[in-house]
Amino acid sequence: MPRRTDIHSVLIIGTGPIVIGQACEFDYSGTQACKALREEGLRVVLANSNPATIMTDPEMADATYIEPITVPVLSKIIEAEKPDALLPTLGGQTGLNIAMQLAENGTLERHGVLMIGADREAIRKAEDRKLFKLSMEAIGLEVPRSGLAHSLEEARETARRIGFPLVIRPSFTLGGTGGGIVPSVDRFDEMASRGLSASMISEILVEESIAGWKEFELEVMRDTADNVVVVCSIENFDPMGIHTGDSITVAPAQTLTDREYQRMRDAAIACIREIGVETGGSNIQFAMHPGTGRMVVIEMNPRVSRSSALASKATGFPIARIAAKLAVGYTLDEIPNDITKDTPASFEPTIDYCVVKIPRFAFEKFPSADPTLTIQMKSVGEVMAIGRTFKEALQKGIRGLEIRRPGLSGSDGGVADQRLEELLNRPTADRLFQIYEAFQRGWSVDRVHRATSIDPWFLGNISEIVDFEATICEGNVRQAKQLGFSDQQIAARLGTPESAVRRLREAGGILPAYKLVDTCAAEFEARTPYYYSTYDAEDEARPSLRKKIMILGGGPNRIGQGIEFDYCCVHAAFALREIGYETIMVNSNPETVSTDYDISDKLYFEPLTREDVLNIVEREKPEGVIVQLGGQTPLTLAVGLEEAGVPIIGTSPDSIDRAEDRKRFAELVRTLGLRQPENGSAVEVKDALDIAHAIAYPVLVRPSYVLGGRAMEIVYDDSSLEHYMRRAVWASPERPVLIDRFIEDAIEVDVDMLSDGRTCVIGGIMEHIEEAGVHSGDAAMVLPPHTLPHWMIEEIRRYTRLLAMELHVVGLMNVQYAVKGKELYIIEVNPRASRTVPFVSKAIGVPLAKLAAKLMVGMTLAEVGFSQEVTPRHISVKESVLPFARFPGVDIILGPEMKSTGEVMGIDMDFGSAYCKSQLGALQNVPVSGTVFISVKDKDKTQQIVSVAHQLMHLGFSVASTSGTARFLRANGIEAEVVRRASEGAPNLLDLINAGRIQLIINSPSGKIPRQDEVSIRSIANARGVPVVTTMPGADAYAQGIRAFIRGELGVKPIQRYHVGSLLR
Amino acid sequence: MGGPLRDVGKAVLLLEDGTVFHGQSLGAEGEAFGEVVFNTSITGYQEVLTDPSYRGQIVTMTYPLIGNYGMVPGDSESRGAWLTGFAVREASALRSNWRSTTDLPAWLREQKVVGIQGIDTRALTRHLRINGSKHGVVSSADLDVGSLARRLEQAPRIVGRDLVGEVSCTAPYEWTEPAFGDAALPEARYRVVVIDCGVKYNILRRLVSSGCQVTVVPATTQASEILSLRPDGVVLSNGPGDPEPLSYAIKTTRSLIGKRPIFGICLGQQILGLALGGRTYKLKFGHHGGNHPVKDIATGRIAITTQNHGFNVDMDSIAHPGTRATHVNLYDGTTEGLENRDMEFFSVQYHPEASPGPHDASYLFSRFTDMMGARKGA
Repeated sequence: MPRRTDIHSVLIIGTGPIVIGQACEFDYSGTQACKALREEGLRVVLANSNPATIMTDPEMADATYIEPITVPVLSKIIEAEKPDALLPTLGGQTGLNIAMQLAENGTLERHGVLMIGADREAIRKAEDRKLFKLSMEAIGLEVPRSGLAHSLEEARETARRIGFPLVIRPSFTLGGTGGGIVPSVDRFDEMASRGLSASMISEILVEESIAGWKEFELEVMRDTADNVVVVCSIENFDPMGIHTGDSITVAPAQTLTDREYQRMRDAAIACIREIGVETGGSNIQFAMHPGTGRMVVIEMNPRVSRSSALASKATGFPIARIAAKLAVGYTLDEIPNDITKDTPASFEPTIDYCVVKIPRFAFEKFPSADPTLTIQMKSVGEVMAIGRTFKEALQKGIRGLEIRRPGLSGSDGGVADQRLEELLNRPTADRLFQIYEAFQRGWSVDRVHRATSIDPWFLGNISEIVDFEATICEGNVRQAKQLGFSDQQIAARLGTPESAVRRLREAGGILPAYKLVDTCAAEFEARTPYYYSTYDAEDEARPSLRKKIMILGGGPNRIGQGIEFDYCCVHAAFALREIGYETIMVNSNPETVSTDYDISDKLYFEPLTREDVLNIVEREKPEGVIVQLGGQTPLTLAVGLEEAGVPIIGTSPDSIDRAEDRKRFAELVRTLGLRQPENGSAVEVKDALDIAHAIAYPVLVRPSYVLGGRAMEIVYDDSSLEHYMRRAVWASPERPVLIDRFIEDAIEVDVDMLSDGRTCVIGGIMEHIEEAGVHSGDAAMVLPPHTLPHWMIEEIRRYTRLLAMELHVVGLMNVQYAVKGKELYIIEVNPRASRTVPFVSKAIGVPLAKLAAKLMVGMTLAEVGFSQEVTPRHISVKESVLPFARFPGVDIILGPEMKSTGEVMGIDMDFGSAYCKSQLGALQNVPVSGTVFISVKDKDKTQQIVSVAHQLMHLGFSVASTSGTARFLRANGIEAEVVRRASEGAPNLLDLINAGRIQLIINSPSGKIPRQDEVSIRSIANARGVPVVTTMPGADAYAQGIRAFIRGELGVKPIQRYHVGSLLR
Repeated sequence: MGGPLRDVGKAVLLLEDGTVFHGQSLGAEGEAFGEVVFNTSITGYQEVLTDPSYRGQIVTMTYPLIGNYGMVPGDSESRGAWLTGFAVREASALRSNWRSTTDLPAWLREQKVVGIQGIDTRALTRHLRINGSKHGVVSSADLDVGSLARRLEQAPRIVGRDLVGEVSCTAPYEWTEPAFGDAALPEARYRVVVIDCGVKYNILRRLVSSGCQVTVVPATTQASEILSLRPDGVVLSNGPGDPEPLSYAIKTTRSLIGKRPIFGICLGQQILGLALGGRTYKLKFGHHGGNHPVKDIATGRIAITTQNHGFNVDMDSIAHPGTRATHVNLYDGTTEGLENRDMEFFSVQYHPEASPGPHDASYLFSRFTDMMGARKGA
């Protein structure tokens, strides 16, 4: 069937900010969908609040709404655009949920919008646990025994019937929020209650626990002619009980016989037909009892998912692109397989390699969070590795994680056997390394299997790696490489430097071979150069003689390094292709747009380590390698690569070092006659104290060479500093602790700038809304600055230009400043793309990363057409999104250590509206009436809070306060009701929050160490969805936002209309 | 221990064009000659190893990790291994499956299959795809390429050779086992004779599950003997090699056409094509795998199919009235099925019995029983 002719325009709803459970895989799928639909000549309308996505680039859709993903906003967009159809299956759970709400409330019908791909009925059948269970039973498939509950009493009753252990799964959530395994009756009430409140419809499934069973996933696609294909099978290394997003997963399934696999395939096909997903991809999860083969269906995602992205990258089959084509009427046999060109998409990919995905966690950011892995997802990113064997892929994956492990290695070496067994039993991010430790101790596969329930086949392979490692010698280096050992691991065994192993390999002709990911196991010729390395005989790389540039990507997402850098890398690929270069992308993150095979001319899916990158450079011999766009990952490789003779283009590694090395940087600042906060560095406690005394408290302390403000703290006194230094085990003469004067109550400013080495142009100046002390990655910012005086902005420009010229920046540079009164301080300089580049690009309508790439290959600012700073008339606010809901009990106060996972953009013509949109976009409730609770520290008892309280009162809010703040407010004419603290007996503030009687909390931390009752206020409010503002400038902004919201000033406008006539290409 | 860790002897795989792969010995020691073909199925190595259609061939699996679930009782497609050699990237002696009773390397030794592992099977596959199927030898006995090349030259080729005689049963037998997982069986309403050219058990199992009483007869059985069994229908089974030398089976088929409903599978389709006066030809590197899309021309429906054939019917050569192509391979446009409604026969070039592979085409067994039912009803 050809494309349907009744559809001319399609609305796609994106996922919004990156959160745990919904990362850049949905930018990947959404971008593919936009491209696929526009190829068909359809008008694409896109809504997504996340500016760091490729999909929100103005050329990806006809109308791009960078607006909050909420029902009222989407309704306005639908009203304005009147699309013929809504494709709800490509924007993750958020897109699906919003689409469902728009269907349920009649908006779609009212405007004649057709839901394509999966309709309301199908989505409900898949998402509603009860309907899903009935559907599966109707087609003879088993599901775990279970019962639904809508109240605690009902839940208890069901639990009695099924028995423990059991699992609680809330309906309509993403990433399993609020769910968990309940081992016994003790914790049942607590967990059932949490589940009920996490569910959008107050519903939980109480279910037989199948923890420890084997877990599988199938990626299925269906077309309008009812043809169904299975794109990929995935087997979880970690058995049932750990969210698949937190599990190591392997493609294809390794331990199923053909009979079992086909039975599962039949079930998956029956499932997609019964649920009624009309076209597109679905992900179906199965569990299998390891001793009996009993198979149960766990769940189905009636949409493109994280696993679909993985399956696409693992097989080369572009699920999202095909899903979009199917949604507008094509059948699978009408769509060509892009990889082979000659064969159709109506087939099942077969692969001739093994793919391993390993999650990346960020527990170091949340020391008080429970690191146990459960059915609630906690990882923030993932790495994928391809090898010819599981062993090779696993080792490549581990070194690609960038957790300072060159491959499989140990953990918890010192603990007693019994303790190790307990650790193995309780899965955490370290379990893989504890397994290594167990095998080092000579434990049998069987013993480790009993402790972990991990399939013996996987464990046996790990045991082989451990056994082989002990035998590594010069004579078996080829075998070691085939088992995935890195040069670094081999070097450690041989007691030589890594470079010696490289020479040894080169002398022995032990070089990687690059093989193609081709969807067909070499049965047909592949046209798409998508490569991975292995140590097999035949190398299929076909280096061209064209001039080419290699772009190093950012590796796995983590807090501090995410989609923003992938965005920059993708832009570089676009820009360089545009001016005739062959582009080569190197990255290991399957969620990204950059690892889509049609973004660059060649894709190497490889770990970003010195060894792996050098290998590719030696094979491809690019004219230049770009390290400044992928974040810290490629940047840390820069010096090593340059030493090895790799042509790094853009700002030189020496300049990068001048900016990063504290001593060299201090000298640079002095030379230029600029100012930075007084600082020093220390290894010993005594030196640290001396420096702190010289500078005066408070001071900002941090380890050198870190990302995302890792372990950065503000210290107010000697004892805290001593405590910090004692914990700072990493401190060494090479890596001292850096101590800076902390400038209190300063306004922080971020600047992104472009330079061609001779001249420079400012991209954007962003004023932080909260005062200095919050990591710039977590801070809300406004562009253009909204309170800084003109002369100060001029001063910032002057500083920035001087720095760029002195550092001979070619490409992007980011500078962070603190403004205190009339003084301007440089906090840090990063001669590379920053996290804010996509935000600034969208705010000013100039694609900075694209231009940066062109500058790096020698073009001038004049040649790229960017010679003047753009100061937009509209206001853009960037707000961060934090993962605290995943880590119950963790204090939500922001500090110098970055904790956010994603960002949104609010854009409008006035600050209040833009700020309000940023809050709505960041999934915050913006209250329009009710009670605001205000409790601030003494220092904040100023006119500012009085003014905020006044504004809110005028808007109809009533004010409640603790006794101290209430006294102050009353003295200033605010009627504040006094509320008891939690420690003062009931009813107290916590009771009011729980009863839904507080709609907004303004609470600044009272001391250096937050009081426990404040932590619990903020934590409970956060869990209840009550917004908490912790700074006075933040409170002021919030009040302005609420005013704009109440006055109904929030309109919607596509980004294309903000930048009419600009050079947005 | 499996894979490159196992302390095993060396082995070599030599192709007729001189291409050599050095690896480690797997399975039995010795040497084996055959046509080297690649199979792209990820699961199902046990079914491949026990499929009689691989007689005379050395099979390399494109999936690199083979043996992970060991060998499972009841999953075999015949009583043992028929292929001559087996080549894989990494054979796993580690096995993990609750039904598994032995590991792959041990089974290969027991079945005297000469194997090689640790070779770049993707390079081998690409070589075969680009240059076509090649005759070859896998050896763990003589590693001298020169002397192997001399013996390879002497070894018999697949074209023009009757391999069916080596795999067909020697006496008729009844088959009663149903397909895996089929608990409730329909009443046996049809008597079916299966001409065993190297039949896979799953064809027999599927027939039983479709309500057939199954008698398997040797490939040399004459039409009169078959008719004397009073069958409602006849199945021409799959089998190895070149169909052309199988004059006895072609003759039998010619005599049965129009007399009884006939269902041909794979080699069965080729025999049918030849019986209709058509020609067959050899494909460049054959179809061996579980992911080929085949379109039913009448309905437009696509089935993902199991394929295992090196020869194909040339549809243009068939001038038989009323006979038409019914299925087409969407990869390369080759004919995948033919039928003649009036004469009550149909056949497919692929494997509706799957095993290994998807079950998408199992509807053809119902088509066969429907055809027999219609005749009985008439």
